[in-house]
Amino acid sequence: MAQPGRPPAASGHSSQNGAGEERYSNGPVENSLMYSSQMLDGQGFSSVVPGLYSHQIPTKVPLHPSSGQYNFGGSQNVSPLSNQGSGQTLNRPPVGPISMAPLQHASSVPQMLPPSQNSAAIPSSSNSFISGAHPPALSNWQYGQTPMNQPTGYQTNHFADVAGTVSTQPLSSSGSTNPATSYQYAVSPGGPPLQNSYMKPGSIPPPVNRPLASAFPPVRPPLGPPPAGGPPLVRPSATPIGPPNSSLPQPLLNSATNQEATKYQSPAPQNLKMGRNVGYSYPTLPPGYQNASSPGAPGMQSSPLQYPAGPQPFPQPSLGTNHITGSMGGLSLQPEGLRSINLLQERNILPTTSLQAPVPNLHEEIQKLNCNPELFRCTLTNIPQTQALLNKAKLPLGLLLHPFKDLSQLPVVTSSTIVRCRSCRTYINPFVSFLDQRRWKCNLCYRVNDVPEEFMYNPVTRVYGEPHKRPEVQNATIEFMAPSEYMLRPPQPPVYLFVFDVSHNAIETGYLNTVCKTLLDNLDLLPGNTRTKIGFITFDSTIHFYSLQEGLSQPQMLIVSDIEDVFIPMPENLLVNLNENKELIQDLLRTLPQMFTKSLETQSALGPALQAAFKLMSPTGGRISVFQTQLPSVGVGSLKSREEPNQKASAKDIHLTPSTDFYKKLALDCSGQQVAVDLFLLSGQYSDLASLGCISRYSAGSVYYYQSYHHQHNPVQVEKLQKELKRYLTRKIGFEAVMRIRCTKGLSIHTFHGNFFVRSTDLLSLPNVNPDAGYAVQMSVEESLTDMPVVSFQSALLYTSSKGERRIRVHTMCLPVVTTLSDVYLGADVQAITGLLANMAVDRSVSASLSDARDALVNAVIDSLSAYRSSVLSIQQPGLMAPYSLRLFPLHVLALLKQKAFQTGTNIRLDERIFTMCQVKNQPLIYLMLMTHPNLYRVDNLTDEGALNINDKTIPQPRILQLSVEKLSRDGAYLMDAGSVMFIWVGKNCGQNFISQVLGVPSHASIPQNMTHLPELETAESTRTIAFISWLREQRPFFPILYIIRDESPLKSSFLQNMIEDRTESALSYYEFLLHIQQQVNK
Amino acid sequence: MCKIIDQICLVTSCGCKPTLQNCPENSPAQIIAFDELKTDYKNPIDQCNTLNPLVLPEYLIHAFFCVMFLCAAEWLTLGLNMPLLAYHIWRYMSRPVMSGPGLYDPTTIMNADILAYCQKEGWCKLAFYLLSFFYYLYGMIYVLVSS
Repeated sequence: MAQPGRPPAASGHSSQNGAGEERYSNGPVENSLMYSSQMLDGQGFSSVVPGLYSHQIPTKVPLHPSSGQYNFGGSQNVSPLSNQGSGQTLNRPPVGPISMAPLQHASSVPQMLPPSQNSAAIPSSSNSFISGAHPPALSNWQYGQTPMNQPTGYQTNHFADVAGTVSTQPLSSSGSTNPATSYQYAVSPGGPPLQNSYMKPGSIPPPVNRPLASAFPPVRPPLGPPPAGGPPLVRPSATPIGPPNSSLPQPLLNSATNQEATKYQSPAPQNLKMGRNVGYSYPTLPPGYQNASSPGAPGMQSSPLQYPAGPQPFPQPSLGTNHITGSMGGLSLQPEGLRSINLLQERNILPTTSLQAPVPNLHEEIQKLNCNPELFRCTLTNIPQTQALLNKAKLPLGLLLHPFKDLSQLPVVTSSTIVRCRSCRTYINPFVSFLDQRRWKCNLCYRVNDVPEEFMYNPVTRVYGEPHKRPEVQNATIEFMAPSEYMLRPPQPPVYLFVFDVSHNAIETGYLNTVCKTLLDNLDLLPGNTRTKIGFITFDSTIHFYSLQEGLSQPQMLIVSDIEDVFIPMPENLLVNLNENKELIQDLLRTLPQMFTKSLETQSALGPALQAAFKLMSPTGGRISVFQTQLPSVGVGSLKSREEPNQKASAKDIHLTPSTDFYKKLALDCSGQQVAVDLFLLSGQYSDLASLGCISRYSAGSVYYYQSYHHQHNPVQVEKLQKELKRYLTRKIGFEAVMRIRCTKGLSIHTFHGNFFVRSTDLLSLPNVNPDAGYAVQMSVEESLTDMPVVSFQSALLYTSSKGERRIRVHTMCLPVVTTLSDVYLGADVQAITGLLANMAVDRSVSASLSDARDALVNAVIDSLSAYRSSVLSIQQPGLMAPYSLRLFPLHVLALLKQKAFQTGTNIRLDERIFTMCQVKNQPLIYLMLMTHPNLYRVDNLTDEGALNINDKTIPQPRILQLSVEKLSRDGAYLMDAGSVMFIWVGKNCGQNFISQVLGVPSHASIPQNMTHLPELETAESTRTIAFISWLREQRPFFPILYIIRDESPLKSSFLQNMIEDRTESALSYYEFLLHIQQQVNK
Repeated sequence: MCKIIDQICLVTSCGCKPTLQNCPENSPAQIIAFDELKTDYKNPIDQCNTLNPLVLPEYLIHAFFCVMFLCAAEWLTLGLNMPLLAYHIWRYMSRPVMSGPGLYDPTTIMNADILAYCQKEGWCKLAFYLLSFFYYLYGMIYVLVSS
């Protein structure tokens, strides 16, 4: 499968050019950097390498011995737990012909270096590599040359290790297995062609290697000493390095430092070292296990010894690979984590910086490989062993995913065979264990699988015999280029169909102008290739098609007025190739807004228009974007207004459920034909989003809602639409996707939340997938997880990219299993729990009622805190005790109760409430948390202290304040960031400085009522404020409107509404809420 | 007088056989179907499309037997069947918004709670129909023998 260079995904990787020969190659295509390095002279390397490997293989020797520490050479391994096998085996089967595919990412770094191994090939300045330095040093590196290494944190680690143990090989230092690999890649830029040659060498080398292996052991000792000294030094150095690394294309997971280290190593010499590493690497897994839970892991014992040796902070790294492991087990509890807090007494529990996801208590080496919490997060980072324990904890178990997030660095692998477990079809991942070089044990079903021949060759290092070093085993987030077995049909072209409402009401709002203009501006940026197709439909009480046939001087409009039985007026030319007909399309977009200005037609036949769109799209699949401004009134799918303006939200029958199943059925049809429908609702009056939203919800689309959109009366919404539409049009998109979530045997998936159709117990059908969609999954423990120190979750998203490639993005997360309730509480991730509860509450509101959902939320807090009180706390103290990890739980739940989706009172329009519910279901967790519990900053005294520096811009980082009016002072100005909206509240006595230098008005009284922009002034204060706000905005896919308000502003009530900790007309204050909970808990 | 009652009883018990054959036919079908769903063999849309048309006939046949028992003044048997009849009515009243007949919504059927509920419902009804079948059989034979 040589694949032609794939254009880098949005994320930036580009792939490389043709891969080498298919069979052989499995070469992963990694970031360009990595790749290039590999490419280096294959030959030289190869020979060396082999030797190494052979040694390595043995790695898996039992740890115990290891206590002696790791002898790399010989036996290593250890991982008591899992790895058992002793590996042995030097032999590698001669693999002759393995060739790598040369994949390189084009992106950044061209492979510069010729085959000289040493050369730091990586020209790419881009990243971190320090280019020159590393390469040469190879041999030295390993052992001693600390100095050289210094750059990398890793090295330090190594050293450290060395000290502790036998010295590790240099590579080992990379100990972190993962990083190492990546680095290696980076090192040499190689030409793809080389690879072939490599293979052979590989085979040859074996003999060599063996000798080497033996040799090594001796070597190490010497090394050891140096390292000891080294470590401290190293670290510092490492840090500086860090930044650069980040830029590197390497796998996300690795910390920058590690990466660097690896890179260094990469130079040829390392290979030898690598081998050793390899051995270690095997162990890695086991260690993880050990850590995870005490029970399972025998491994622990060994580790202790080693660790102690390394007083240094890094001990683990030294372990390099996971061998070490054991240490972790103990670590888990941090004093902080165990502490319980009396919520009634601790007033200031809100951290002043944004809350980070808790780190699972795994061995550091494993944790380093673990999936980024932004992509994959679990509500309980310590998984309870049994369902009984989970029930006792009264906390929901579930995952929150953001699987298609835009990533700046993503390893991409091209391989003719994707290695998967034969029974459960799990993709090979960093948490599998290698029994020996030829077999691996699935971490989900525990089946032992063979390592395919191709997998023995590591395209990154161009070494044969180290399957555990392949990028698949080094990165928890990875993307595969799928071969043809993964296609049910040839990959579809990107097809975009726009459906516009052009009834009188729609023309009134003037949205068509904005949309057409934005579309015109971004036509070239639509993701796609030469096959991209585009089409347009407009509708009022009839449906208008536009023929864009080549050769026409202007688009031809075809009107279908039979909306009872919709048909497509002509078989072709309604969806046309974007590139070939660009002029005609541009012409249409320019004239469209004017075409209907005289329209008096007030009816809207949305249902028939959608049917027509579906018919048009069903042969190919693709994306339908529907713009609707009113309640559909004719034809199928017409709706009646159900809103009663002054109805109390608490009333039994507020209409959260759809009134017809037309849209749902149509959405399911769409889903079956790989069509997704995105709905833009720009409406002043009630439009029954509960019914309309189904069209997007079950076809994996997204919903956008612009309340009271009007081109003149509501310019803020216009800007918001423009910005969001631009993002919508240009963001990455995946077509005909399915996502499967697998988890370790014993766990099972209970319910999914998000926009999709559930096709089977673990399979979601996603006709389109976009980077701004989040998903949630409730899990249950079906069988007890006895004897499993860790469990893993894997999500695999198979999609067709806009370039027509079939790709699989795999995320794997590994978490420890615990047996006690206190450990469960210790690992609770309060943000994830809140997110999952919000999703569950939306379901509950729809299936039962809003008040039921609210009660359920409050009960979730009461139940978990009373379970904590009765089962974990040994001493009954007065007050409301909460585990440290859940200290924000009541606050977040209170915030949910006050959120638009769940609040009571009459001031929320039904559509707005439903839209918020859609967002709860579809937003990734970080944005959901922001919407629920906004951040409040004081902005009238921003300083550069602690500021971030990004692209030469200084971004001040003010502290986050509690959401209470008591934190506001009349002489300050405050920014509230509520996700989709921001407020700057300017106090009455706010410093003149801020008013004139930032707001650009002479006095407080002259701040306009509807100010929504900060003027760009040439003052330091203004620059800082604007930098801060634009930094906040850049981090999210939607465009938050900024309102500048003062006491008299009409929007002040919305601002105060977000003051979660204060009392509002219909809701309790935080303190009252706590008292209520306390009362219930102590019952 | 007695005879007449017996005869009606006989008719009803004969009628009961079909009950057994018909209604239960649906329940096992449901159990199997939900199991298929669980084990991933079938697409929920297809599954719902096959199951939904069976729901109303089952309910109607059951209601028909209840009416027959009523006519036969088989109060005990009728009493045994009333709860199920009430349950059927409630179940159908609270079905999700659907344009066609039936109960099952392909978008929610994969929810573990709902799937488990439907499966449990299938088993319970199967047991109930089976027991009633033997009871009716017994009733019929008893009547035949005693007359």
